[in-house]
Amino acid sequence: MIGQIVHGLGTGAVYAALALALVLVHRFTGVVNFAQGELAMVSAYVAWQLVEAGLSYWAALPLTMAVAFAAGALAQRVVMRWAGDAALIMTIGLYVLVHALAAQIWTSALRTFPNPFPGGPLGVAGPLAVVAAVLALLYLVIRHSGAGLTLRAVAADPRAARLAGIRVGRVHALGWGLAAVAGAVSGVLVAPVVFLEPGMMGNALVSALAAAAAGGFVHPVAAVAGGLLIGVAETLAGTYLWADLRVVVPLAVLLALPAVRSGGLARVRA
Amino acid sequence: MSARPATGLRAGTGHRRPAVGQYAGDRRRAWPYPRTTLGAAAAGAVAVPFLVPPYPLHQVTLVLVYVVALLGLDLVTGHGGLISLGHGAFFGVGAYTAAILLSSGAPYPVTLPAAGLVAYGLGHAFGRPAVRLSGLYLAVVTFAVAVAVPPLIRRLAPGGAMGLPVRTPGAPSFTGLDDDQWVYLLVLAVAAAAFTLMRSVIRSSLGRALVALRADAGAAELLGIHPSATRAHAFAWSAVYAGLAGCLFTWTTGFVAPESFTVTLSITLLAGIVIGGLGTVSGAVIGAVVVTFLPAPGLVSGLALVLVLAVAPHGVTGLVRRAPAFLGRRRP
Repeated sequence: MIGQIVHGLGTGAVYAALALALVLVHRFTGVVNFAQGELAMVSAYVAWQLVEAGLSYWAALPLTMAVAFAAGALAQRVVMRWAGDAALIMTIGLYVLVHALAAQIWTSALRTFPNPFPGGPLGVAGPLAVVAAVLALLYLVIRHSGAGLTLRAVAADPRAARLAGIRVGRVHALGWGLAAVAGAVSGVLVAPVVFLEPGMMGNALVSALAAAAAGGFVHPVAAVAGGLLIGVAETLAGTYLWADLRVVVPLAVLLALPAVRSGGLARVRA
Repeated sequence: MSARPATGLRAGTGHRRPAVGQYAGDRRRAWPYPRTTLGAAAAGAVAVPFLVPPYPLHQVTLVLVYVVALLGLDLVTGHGGLISLGHGAFFGVGAYTAAILLSSGAPYPVTLPAAGLVAYGLGHAFGRPAVRLSGLYLAVVTFAVAVAVPPLIRRLAPGGAMGLPVRTPGAPSFTGLDDDQWVYLLVLAVAAAAFTLMRSVIRSSLGRALVALRADAGAAELLGIHPSATRAHAFAWSAVYAGLAGCLFTWTTGFVAPESFTVTLSITLLAGIVIGGLGTVSGAVIGAVVVTFLPAPGLVSGLALVLVLAVAPHGVTGLVRRAPAFLGRRRP
């Protein structure tokens, strides 16, 4: 039982990082990014490619983060800026496009990814520490840096921010880039557990959406907590009740949420 | 309820496309001969099975099946402005309802209302909590439905991952038709009825309430429209259409498998209706052609979806409608 809970926390760390990315994008650009999981998958492939090229895992990691940041900002600048009113459908278009591109480049063959953390229950502390570090880093950037201040200004009121001389488009790209970094963490964390393949983030995305919804798509800490809880709930339900129940857990959470805390969710914008 | 009025201004860049033509309230008909066209189209559609060889006929039948599904999706997405990523799941549930009934020996006319009823129940069950918050939440919930349904079908439905072959409706002997011609005519009849019904649903108080909610939720609520009840109703209707289309799919192909109804199908349907043109009947038809002939979402459909959203937000239909004005402008 304890072992299963610990294992679930490891899975939950993946969901937490991805949910964090979803919350960031929604808070700063007002859209739920269905392509977030696919961007994370691409980041995992980039990390794999770097490790294959002979870099050590810990050297590949910062490079991957930089590439992820660039990819997220690029997706916002090249694709999302043209979305107009249909931003949500545009993220689905991005999802299809990124998925197809990854399948073209890396084929759909299963690949193994090195696991930097030791096995066993103690190994779970690694992913949790990484997620905590990302959360702390994002907190510092958003709360205590000039770029973070412009981000918060744009989130509060884009028009007023523009009148104050902030380049809103660039700030949106910055938000997407930061979110892509958080998403890349989830991709790199999940890659050693499942095999690396273009569809690997599909289920994680649903769980992360449910976790982010628990925080109303605006509260990062609630999203992280939700991600960990959903990870544990899925593992327990899958182990003790019925293996296929895993996929139903996020759906059940999403259906129950409106009854539990509609106050926090009502702020969600379309 | 969000206090933010639904103007075209997105949180962000402040760019706004000017409304043109129909979207700016122009009530002139885009096409002056609607009845003649409809009659010609109906006559052509009935003639198709006698002119076209079997395999292309099968594909034309599939186009009609997807027309029914897209008419339903268009009610929610085109008229309601809500995004459903779960219509592939409702389609699959309808298809499996029909297949299970057929394999247990039920006559095929029974399977159509049964599929619709099951989809209606599920549409209410998932739609009612989902639409209480915002349009975005419906997209998230329906995405989770689309991901959860195929594994459940694989586990619970007869046939499992291997799928379930069933008999397709056979032509009665007095008609002298081949089975595939008969199936085509059945699907055509259902699609025609679905089309007529959808026109009246859109013009009914439900349809107008839905459009009013989309235009300005606050004003619509002041007029006595209940937002979540209206949206839940519309979503359930739309799920019925997906379920009926699933049943027609079973009639057409005679085989159902969980892998046919994954989230990929939901995305394909959404991409189809967006590429075809939201909020129009011709959009549903063009979208159905796109869904049939651009099978799996890949580079081509991803690029098409992104380009359409960026360049032609009203889809192929919008492009065709704008064409006369565009060409007229060039004339001296």
